[in-house]
Order: sequence, then C-alpha cells, then structure tokens
Amino acid sequence: MPALRILVPVKRVIDYAVKPRVNKAQTGVETAGVKHSMNPFDELSVEESVRIREKNRAPGGVEDICVLSAGPKKAEDILRTAMSMGADRGIHVDVKEGEDLEPLTVAKLLKAAVEQEKSNLVILGKQSIDDDANQTGQMLAGLLGWPQATQASQVEFGEGDTVSVTREVDGGVETVRAKLPMVITTDLRLNEPRFATLQNIMKAKKKPLAKKTLADFGVTAERRLKVLKVTEPPARQGGGKVEDVDGLISKLKGLGAI
Amino acid sequence: MTARPQLTPVLRRLRLARISANPSRQAALEQSLPCPVARRFSTSRPRPFHTTPAVSAKAKFTSETYPDIKRDSRFAQLTGEHVGYFRSLLGSESAVIDGVTNDRAADDIEPFNSDWMRKYRGHCKLVLKPGSTEEVSKILKYCNDNMLAVVPQGGNTGLVGGSVPVFDEIVISMSRMNQIIEFDEVSGTLVAEAGCILEVVDQFLASKGYIFPLDLGAKGSCHIGGNVSTNAGGLRLLRYGSLHGTVLGIEAVLADGTVVDDLCKLRKNNTGYDLKQLFIGAEGTIGIITKVSIHCPQRSPAQNVAFFGLESFDKVQQAFREAKGQLSEILSAFELMDEGSQALVRQVTKNESPLEGRYPFYCLIETSGSNADHDSEKLQAFLEDVMEKGIVSDGTLAQDETQIKSLWTWREGITEALSHLGGTYKYDVSIPLKELYQLVEDTRARVDAAGLLGDTDEYPVRAVVGYGHMGDANLHLNVSTRRFDERVEKVLEPFVYEWIAARQGSISAEHGLGVMKKKFIGYSRNPTIVGLMKNIKNTFDPNGILNPYKYL
Ligand SMILES: Cc1cc2nc3c(=O)[nH]c(=O)nc-3n(C[C@H](O)[C@H](O)[C@H](O)COP(=O)(O)OP(=O)(O)OC[C@H]3O[C@@H](n4cnc5c(N)ncnc54)[C@H](O)[C@@H]3O)c2cc1C
Repeated sequence: MPALRILVPVKRVIDYAVKPRVNKAQTGVETAGVKHSMNPFDELSVEESVRIREKNRAPGGVEDICVLSAGPKKAEDILRTAMSMGADRGIHVDVKEGEDLEPLTVAKLLKAAVEQEKSNLVILGKQSIDDDANQTGQMLAGLLGWPQATQASQVEFGEGDTVSVTREVDGGVETVRAKLPMVITTDLRLNEPRFATLQNIMKAKKKPLAKKTLADFGVTAERRLKVLKVTEPPARQGGGKVEDVDGLISKLKGLGAI
Repeated sequence: MTARPQLTPVLRRLRLARISANPSRQAALEQSLPCPVARRFSTSRPRPFHTTPAVSAKAKFTSETYPDIKRDSRFAQLTGEHVGYFRSLLGSESAVIDGVTNDRAADDIEPFNSDWMRKYRGHCKLVLKPGSTEEVSKILKYCNDNMLAVVPQGGNTGLVGGSVPVFDEIVISMSRMNQIIEFDEVSGTLVAEAGCILEVVDQFLASKGYIFPLDLGAKGSCHIGGNVSTNAGGLRLLRYGSLHGTVLGIEAVLADGTVVDDLCKLRKNNTGYDLKQLFIGAEGTIGIITKVSIHCPQRSPAQNVAFFGLESFDKVQQAFREAKGQLSEILSAFELMDEGSQALVRQVTKNESPLEGRYPFYCLIETSGSNADHDSEKLQAFLEDVMEKGIVSDGTLAQDETQIKSLWTWREGITEALSHLGGTYKYDVSIPLKELYQLVEDTRARVDAAGLLGDTDEYPVRAVVGYGHMGDANLHLNVSTRRFDERVEKVLEPFVYEWIAARQGSISAEHGLGVMKKKFIGYSRNPTIVGLMKNIKNTFDPNGILNPYKYL
C-alpha cells in the first residue's frame, strides 16, 4: 500500500450548540455575531485521519494530512483547530463572507486540490450542518472516478490497497471494501474527537497554511440554485397548560394514561 | 439547518460528559434530553448514557441520626381540621398534599421529606404549595396562631439538611410561585417570584442579552428564593460578586403573616438599616421570601474555557496570580479540582478525561468578554506564558460550545458523581488561600492513620478529595464513604472545625448551617454575635415556628 496522503476538507459553520435564527429578509440565517465552529462531521474526519497515523493503521503509513477550507478569513481559525488536533498543514481558499459555494463547486474545487496535492484518500463529513446537502463526497467521487464509502462508522485497512468501511444502515451494519484511492464520508459513531492540548495549539500556529483563491483551482462560484425563501419550521401546536406536576398527574389520570 | 435540532441530542449523547439524573428525584437535576426522532440518524443508534444507579436507599430519619434533637412540645400536632383550613384557603386540589387524613399520600410526600443527598429525612405529613404572597401570609398567620411549625422549601437541593423537616413540620413548597414579574432591559433589574427555577430565569435573561449573577451545578432544580435564602455563592462569584451585593430588594412574609415589602429596584438606597440583607442567607428562619429583585449583568457574548493540569498546589496559586494579572477583567471563573475528585467523576461517568496525563491538580478557567478575538488572544497569550514558565504542565482550550460545556462537567459534575457512590461527608470551607489545600492533605493523613482509608471494601472511606472555587478561597473537602461507620465521623469532627477555627476560616463558606452545622457555629462566630443573631430570630419569629431545630 502506498503511503497515505489524506485530504480533509473542513467547513466553518454556526456552532451546533447555537440555535440559528432566520434573518429578517428570509434569505438565510443570521450569521453576524454568532459563534462559529468546525462542522461536527469534519471534526470526525480530522480525528480519524490523525488516529490512522497515530495507531499505524495503514500498512504504508501516513505521509501527509492536509486540511482544506473554503470560506471567509475566519475559516483559518478552524484550520488551526484541525492542525492542533494533528493535521500537518492547511489550505485556505478565500471565499467572500456570504458567498456560499454549492456542493458541485466544492466538489470541483476538491477534485483540483486532490490532483495538486496528490492525495490518495479523501475523508470528509457526510454533510455540513448548515445546508445539510450530503452531496459533496458523492459528487467528488464521481468527478474523480474513485470508489466511495459513505457514512463510515469504522475504517479498516487490509491487504493490498484495500480499505474496509463499516456503515450503519437501517437495522444493522453494512461493510464495504474498495481499493485506494477512494473517498470516505464520516458519520457520528466513527470516533470521539479529542481536545487539542495547549502544546499542540501552540505548535499548530507554526504549521504551514497556504492561502489560495478559487481561481488557483480553476473553478468559479457559479450558482445553479436560487434560494427563494428560508423560514422557521412551523411552531408546534401548543397543548393545554397544567399548573404543576400534580395537575399533570391528575390530567393524565383523567385521560386514563396512567 | 434542519439537521441541527436532531443532531444536537445525538452529539450530546456522544460527546458530553453527562451523568443521568436519579429518576426518583423530585426534579431532575439535569433535564434529560429528548430522544432524537430523526430518520436521518436512524442509521446510527445513539450510544446509551453511562448510567450508574444512584444510591436510592431511603435515608435514615434525621431524628434517629441526631437523637439529641427533641420535638418541641410547644408545637401542636396536625389535625384534619388544620388540613381543612388549608384546603379551603388554597382551593386548588394540587396545592395541598395531605398525608394527615390520607395514608396513601406518603409516596407523594416522600420527595419533600428527603434531601438531595439522602442524608436527612423528616416525618412531614403535609405539604402546602401557595400560589401567591397573600396565600403565604395567610398560611403563616394560621400556623403562628395555632403553633404549627413549618419548613420553607425551594428546589430542595440544599446541602446541609435545611430544606427538609426534622419531625412533622409542614413543608411550604414555593414551586408554584414561579412567575417572572418584570425585567427592565435598560438597567438589568429583574423582579421574579421566589419559586422560579434558576436555569429558567437564566434562559429568560439570555434571550434579553443578560445573565443571572449566580450559577451553580444545581441550576436545573434550585429556586432563586432558595439561592437567596442560602446566600449561594456558586461558580461566578469571582466575577459578579455575592448576592448581598446583587439582590436589590426582597418581599418576604414574617412568621405572623406580616408582609415585608422591601422590593426595591434601586442600586442605591441608603435610608436606614438594610433589613433585606438579613433574609439573604437566613435559610428560612426569619421569614419566607416570596419575591426577589436582583441586578443582572450584561451577558458576555464571548466565552472561552481552558482546562489544565498542574504538578502542585503551589503552581495552582501561581496560575491564579497570573490569571488575575493577565486576564483581569475577562476572568469569570477559576475553579480547582484535585485528581481524587476527577478520578471519581471518571469512575461514575466513564468519560475520558480531557487531558491524557494525570496531574495532582486541575484548574478550569473561564473568560467572559465582549470581543471574542480580543479574549482568545489574551487567553492564548496567558496559556503560552504559563506553559513556558512551567506553571502549567498540560492543558486544553475548548474549541466550540460543546467542548465548553463538556469541560465544565468535570467541575460541575463532581457533587453528583459523588452522590452516586455512597454517603459523603461534605465540608464547605473558606480558608486563606495559601493553606487551602493543606486541609485536604491533613484530613487524608488523619483518616489514613486511623486505618479507615483504602481501595478495597474493608475500608469505610473510599477517598478524601478537594475541589472548589479557588477564586473565592472556597474549598469543598469531601470524604466519600462506602458505608456508614461512626469511626469516620469521630475522626473528622471536631478535627476539621478546629483546624479551620485555628486559621480564622469559615466552617460554612456558602452552603449554610441547616441541621448539619447548627452546633458548630461557634467555631466561626463569637458568642456576642451568636447572641445578637438569636435576638434577631426572636424579633422576627417569636414563636419559633420557622424552620425549627436548625441554624442557631
Ligand atoms: C449539585 C449541587 C451543586 C451545588 N453547588 C453549589 C455552589 O456552587 N454554591 C453554593 O452556594 N451552593 C451550592 N449548592 C447548594 C445550594 O445551597 C443550593 O443548591 C441552592 O442555593 C438551594 O436552593 P433550593 O431552591 O434548592 O433551596 P432548598 O434546598 O429548598 O432550601 C435551602 C434553604 O433555604 C430555605 N428556603 C428555600 N426557599 C426559601 C424561601 N423562598 N424563603 C425562605 N427560605 C427558603 C430552606 O428552608 C432551606 O433552609 C449545590 C447543590 C447541589 C445539589
């Protein structure tokens, strides 16, 4: 097996613990002054890549873990976070605030990055929690003509260039096997991302971070989709209100529920 | 964004250090999270919580644990006639839990009889839940006229046995008085009823950009009236000061039913004795607090949390000095945990420690400020500095909200983790900083010398640990036991109290006196002061019906 050159795309999104609010114009969600962090699925991808190296899981070893983020200047923060978790270097592709890329554009960008960086494994989140598209990994595999294993809950390296990926599916698990180079997308049960240590946070500041533009990868931010309207989910129909726990119990008793 | 609400609980289950609340508890301490219904995630079943059954055996009656305490014969026995009066007064079916004329109510009353730690248990047969100040006033007047003793009860999370009866005192639960009355968005002054749950109030304030000036591990259950009555200190005293400063006004009802309306909303009011201060920390012995007016600070939009390991208590002190110096105005919490306390949290929650190595001490630092970039720059510079100087051995900085919450559970989860392991002797003390941890070491050595401390079942004591609010020189010395053994108490008391008195410390920094520390007040207060306190008690409650057998 060749030494792995892993590419890990990461995205800066509204922190998942923050409740997003729809903006007044109903064109998107409010982002100004809202806490942003790394997309949780991407944390899993970074963690998995680092574990593959630390635990010597790949027979050929890991030569490079490169994280890439397309987004505003602030996306550098999450690249540093990824590097403090153990990635070797980062690439920041500058995209203006609010100028979100569609999955196909991201996939094209990643394809070009894979070629430039000579990556042979791409590990990416199965979706980002802002637009929930769940398309990028699949499109990338299609564009590259590589096999894809989506929603991984376990990744194991075997003989030859094979990689076995376990995916949790309805009612059980499914294990698929493919040969490198390949694309893997991560699911929640894959691992538990670590806390970055202070030492590694400091080291990460000195790791290389390349600044690029979309043009460097030969792509443009064209849009095929137009967002017509963003709205809050309909408010739940309120039930009756009881005064206290005892009131609730007598209500439930009245309904014959207990 | 649709995935977010469903993702949240799943991720939390996976990554947050959480201890499931004991289900039989009157109100779950940490509200359990809703089950994710998302089909999207049905491919991946949530990992179950790590649960450890809490010690659910019923507590011994306080009257048995403390045989010296005798029921005061001046108090009347409850009769059906009394219950009839309260029923007609409170009307609503659910406002009276009557175990006097109805034997089957015992199960419903039990949660009001036992405290959070299951260490104290009373023989109460009647619980009243007034819905207004007027009802509180009528209840108390009637009780005072008929010599019926009462115990005011908030969220029942107090740690000194003050919130439950000893004998057959009537419990007056404030849980129905839970309305937020007004909030001034310019001044930050909040007026609310005493029975509001702290976390609910804080969430309300969060939606307005403000924060309650107090935060503590029991926030999901405790009432703001209970907080004021115990003068709770909590996690952010360092930043926002004590309730003696932030509470602006109080409405309370005295034993004879008199309503004391001192619900001032002003920050300044130098007109006579500041009587409301007497109710702060009075533990329900001179009146029942019905409403509180409190000054709430602006909520800081940017928060950061760092967690680190240190080699000695000396280094902890250096780190604290540096933190104050370098972080100054943004420092909002500086908490201390020893390895012993963290080992117990690991044991109960089965969570992985945020740091790989083990260190004798850990600190949690929180900053709150208005500018995230400015704060993280400051914090990073501070962390680099203390690492370089070798003050801190290892550490981590939370990268997102989830990690912030997760790091906090290593501090906030200690009390609850200990409660899952058996009985705990808790000492909540204040000692000059430089000797703060010495108490834990001396106590551990003493328990060990007595042959009571060990890793195996034959030893009654599992561990002697210390943690606390370093920023306030407030230490929690906890002795975790496997079973009750009277030798343990003999080794601990009065040793601990004498140790503290010799250093002019406080034997109760923030938890109060209750039943537990009633007889030890002399270690921290001289006879003149205790005498004055008794005069005050007699003035406000001449018949002594309010929370008897406790406090003084
Ligand atoms: C997990 C945990 C963490 C804690 N952390 C801290 C901490 O960091 N700092 C700290 O200071 N404390 C802490 N405590 C203890 C703290 O004292 C209580 O949690 C809280 O302040 C009590 O509020 P409560 O509503 O539960 O009051 P209760 O327990 O119901 O009552 C406490 C006392 O106040 C009286 N009382 C209650 N309500 C009223 C009222 N309306 N009028 C008059 N008297 C009343 C009761 O009679 C009793 O004497 C903690 C407790 C737990 C369980």
